[in-house]
Amino acid sequence: MKAEARVVAESDGLGGTRLAVLRGQSPLLLRQTGPRVAGGVTVHLVGGAAGPLRGDELRLDIEVGPGAWLELLSVAAQLALPGRPAPASRLTINATVAAGGTLRWIPEPLIAAAGCDHLAITRVAVAAGGALLWRDDLVCGRHGEDPGDFVADTLIRYDGSTLHRHELAVGPRAAGWNGAAVLGDARALGTVVTAGPATLTAGSATPNAAVMPLAGPGLLATAVDADIRAVRAVLDPFCAAHPTAKAPVPA
Amino acid sequence: MSLATLLLLADGRLPSGGHAHSAGLEAQVSAGRVRSVADLDGFLRGKLATSALVSAAFAAAACAAPAAFAGLDAGLDARTPSPALRKASRAQGRALLRAGRAMWPVAAIGREPHQPVALGALASAAGLSPHEAAVAAAHGTITGSASAAVRLLGLDPYAVHALLARLAPECDRIAELAAARSGDPVDELPAAGAPLLDIGAEHHATWEVRLFAS
Repeated sequence: MKAEARVVAESDGLGGTRLAVLRGQSPLLLRQTGPRVAGGVTVHLVGGAAGPLRGDELRLDIEVGPGAWLELLSVAAQLALPGRPAPASRLTINATVAAGGTLRWIPEPLIAAAGCDHLAITRVAVAAGGALLWRDDLVCGRHGEDPGDFVADTLIRYDGSTLHRHELAVGPRAAGWNGAAVLGDARALGTVVTAGPATLTAGSATPNAAVMPLAGPGLLATAVDADIRAVRAVLDPFCAAHPTAKAPVPA
Repeated sequence: MSLATLLLLADGRLPSGGHAHSAGLEAQVSAGRVRSVADLDGFLRGKLATSALVSAAFAAAACAAPAAFAGLDAGLDARTPSPALRKASRAQGRALLRAGRAMWPVAAIGREPHQPVALGALASAAGLSPHEAAVAAAHGTITGSASAAVRLLGLDPYAVHALLARLAPECDRIAELAAARSGDPVDELPAAGAPLLDIGAEHHATWEVRLFAS
């Protein structure tokens, strides 16, 4: 299955945000829903079909203009499944945030089911003065099963420089992924990357989590655990309390 | 190429302070994740696939083009979210550079480069190839943790070295992969991360009493 979705958020000129473009194809359907946020817009990703399955080629483009505030959520977890013999499924996300714009990406977890072969490519460019909060949660396998192959390939740039470059591989092809350097016994991982000077904030660490100031203007909060609930217990409050959660107040 | 020169560069006795670092192992031992040789095996295989691959690729790239050090240094910053790990890498780079300058005419690459950048510049000054720099980097990544494991856990040194011997082919494979990609643009160089190493390093840095600097 091939699908493309695109959302463009721009300032409405009155201190609020409007969606200039909102379109998608199953299984990447976008709906303006969620709580009404003064000054900002919330969009939900609605899974319109099972998957991603092997062979799927999915693409999501996100554009946040100057002064716009956009939060992207999803209604349910993504379940990466094996499907028929085919090349790896791939989800490519390209996002840009202009100066004065804010993007919050907080989807439900990706579950890498046994036998899946999935690649998630994330490319985000934030202009100087823009703000980003980018969350990704991963669950390795459904209950009691080992995960299939999953690779996350992430590049986040701020003001023209690479701020965060990270790859994570789990599954049978990833040597040592369940060793004590990478995930150990943990089967759930959550990461939040923020970009922009206005996104730096203190976070509390637990034995299985850390909030790390990056070398550039941003930070990474990482939490691992046997269970995704423990990861959410750390990262949900972090995202809710984060400075980007406040949309601009309309004039 | 000189095999004896490569052995010198990869020798744990090189006076560059490497023995003071467990490369993330001490934190995982304390967390109870590494208790046995089998646990160490999993730890080292994960390291080879992640931080060793990244270090080897950047060492090879710095060996091929030491003048490109600033971009490589920034590339490692972007791949090292943990401030404690960035600090440890730069401290080791600086110490390695100091030892290296006494041995070979090392190019100017800044005062405190990341360790793989320093290693690559030393290899270049010593007349070694990018592939040899990658082998030294990958080898150093796992042998440092292995000898720390003997000291931290009292593991049988024969069993630990038997493990290193089993991992040698994987170490070679990682170094070859790293060298093959070392000409790529910095953003496309390997970026495999290891969440437990990041989290562990941040906690380890706050301990008042510890055996290793990282």
